[in-house]
Amino acid sequence: MIDFCGLRLANPVINASGTFDAITAGRVYGDALLAEFPFSAFVSKTITLEPRAGNAPQRIWETPAGMVNSIGLPNKGLAGFIAEDLPQLGELPAPLIVSVMATGRDDFGRMVSALDERDEVAAFELNVSCPNVHSGLIVGEQPAETLALLEALRPLTAKPLIVKLTPNVADPAAVAVAAEEGGADAVSLINTVKASGGPVTGGLSGPAIRPIAIAQVKAVAAVVGLPIVGMGGVCSGADAAEMLAAGASLVAVGTESFRDPRAGLRIAAYLSETSERSL
Amino acid sequence: MTAPFGRRACEVLDSHASGGYSVFSLLDREGPEPEPGQFYMLATQSHWEEAGGRPFLPRALSVADAHTEPRSRFEPHGEPKLDRGGVRLDFLIEGVGPGTDRLCELEPGENVWLNGPLGNSFSPPRELSENAAGAILVGGGIGIAPLALWRRRLAARNVPARVLLGFRDEAHSGGIDDLFACCEVALASDDGHIGHHGYVTDLLSTMLDGDDAQSAAVYACGPPPMLDAVQALCTSREVACELAMESPMACGYGACYGCAVPKGDGTYLRLCVDGPVVRA
Repeated sequence: MIDFCGLRLANPVINASGTFDAITAGRVYGDALLAEFPFSAFVSKTITLEPRAGNAPQRIWETPAGMVNSIGLPNKGLAGFIAEDLPQLGELPAPLIVSVMATGRDDFGRMVSALDERDEVAAFELNVSCPNVHSGLIVGEQPAETLALLEALRPLTAKPLIVKLTPNVADPAAVAVAAEEGGADAVSLINTVKASGGPVTGGLSGPAIRPIAIAQVKAVAAVVGLPIVGMGGVCSGADAAEMLAAGASLVAVGTESFRDPRAGLRIAAYLSETSERSL
Repeated sequence: MTAPFGRRACEVLDSHASGGYSVFSLLDREGPEPEPGQFYMLATQSHWEEAGGRPFLPRALSVADAHTEPRSRFEPHGEPKLDRGGVRLDFLIEGVGPGTDRLCELEPGENVWLNGPLGNSFSPPRELSENAAGAILVGGGIGIAPLALWRRRLAARNVPARVLLGFRDEAHSGGIDDLFACCEVALASDDGHIGHHGYVTDLLSTMLDGDDAQSAAVYACGPPPMLDAVQALCTSREVACELAMESPMACGYGACYGCAVPKGDGTYLRLCVDGPVVRA
């Protein structure tokens, strides 16, 4: 077992937010999904205070060794999530990390407070790749905004707060330092890389961005003491091992689950075998 | 019936050109027989993601026919691979990019990653309309594929089905002999190389103007303008209709939210799990 911010995890492989819908996958694949759940912790799709329909199509575009997406965070909103999704997600055989996003500290706080009361929620991931409506600045691009957000949220919950870092800044390590200073328990990186492909402008994911992720994980690991969830183009067990060697404590699988729904199991099995071999 | 969890390697049994398209068959030893309208995500096990990093994602293909086969039929070289047969799945494909081009070049004996069957399926005519005793199947281009399996299932239930198929031109047609050999079909082509010189929706319009228009349900699959025209014809005549649609899709099982289709109320459905068959 692995201890990650107090969560006991069976292996270091989790999912990237927004890349696996455990409730829908359960409908498609039935009980087999729960019997062989592919992640040691489950990160929800990002929820917002109000429901969102998401962006108009076209939303995805295949690129060399990756894809560009512009999904637009479709979700049921906080109330819908608590009423409909949370009871089902609480039944998963893995701790639940809820990804939340808001355009202001008050709304962020409302969401964290409401979810803090729920036993199903083990931890929070803060999606800070959104503008603060008051300053107009993308929170995760500004160390000062990130610090202020953490200082506002930290008193509201004793559950772990994981800050999801954007790669679309000159110095992600500076934002990670601010998150640590503000009381974050962990950071996760990288989010998608700004890109355009065909008619879609949004975020690039897949193995095309893995070298960027490795570099940024190394840079962040060099300056913060927090545990790191490393992600970005991890497709294989060897990719995951490289991410762990770069300084990550956990590895998140995202786009690869689109191609192989069992990717998490395959990667965890590789890591388990290689660690046994090295003993 | 749920799909087996995850992708599995399936052997290519056959692959050949069919007009401007290709038809290939896989042996799925693990999955259930699919329902008409369902689809699979497919990628080859080798030579995928090689030419400049594409194709990267698997491709969504509707199943064109499916037969559960005894195992003995698949042991031409002796040793059975498993103690059971499998489902022979037929697909119709047009090469329009790196992924479909690769799938057009499949060789018997090679392996394809298969995830599915996924999505929903066509509803029987009586479920769409109390008066619907029969079905009218309208296919355009590569969209004729799911109608082949639906026609065969309807025939097995003694539900009369009339088939209307349309193609753009000779280079963009195929699959008729492979998938509709046993039944009567009415054909149309935009260039007049085969059948009615015009749209398949001309044939549908004429048919719906007939006496028995109200006693049928329409099932259509094809390019978006054709589906729009079919929907308009059926709506104006109050004929029940289901459309099998297509949308760019990364995962096929509800994970990526890429295949959004507007519902008309400002929200979207995920075509992979809420479709691909949508009531018009």
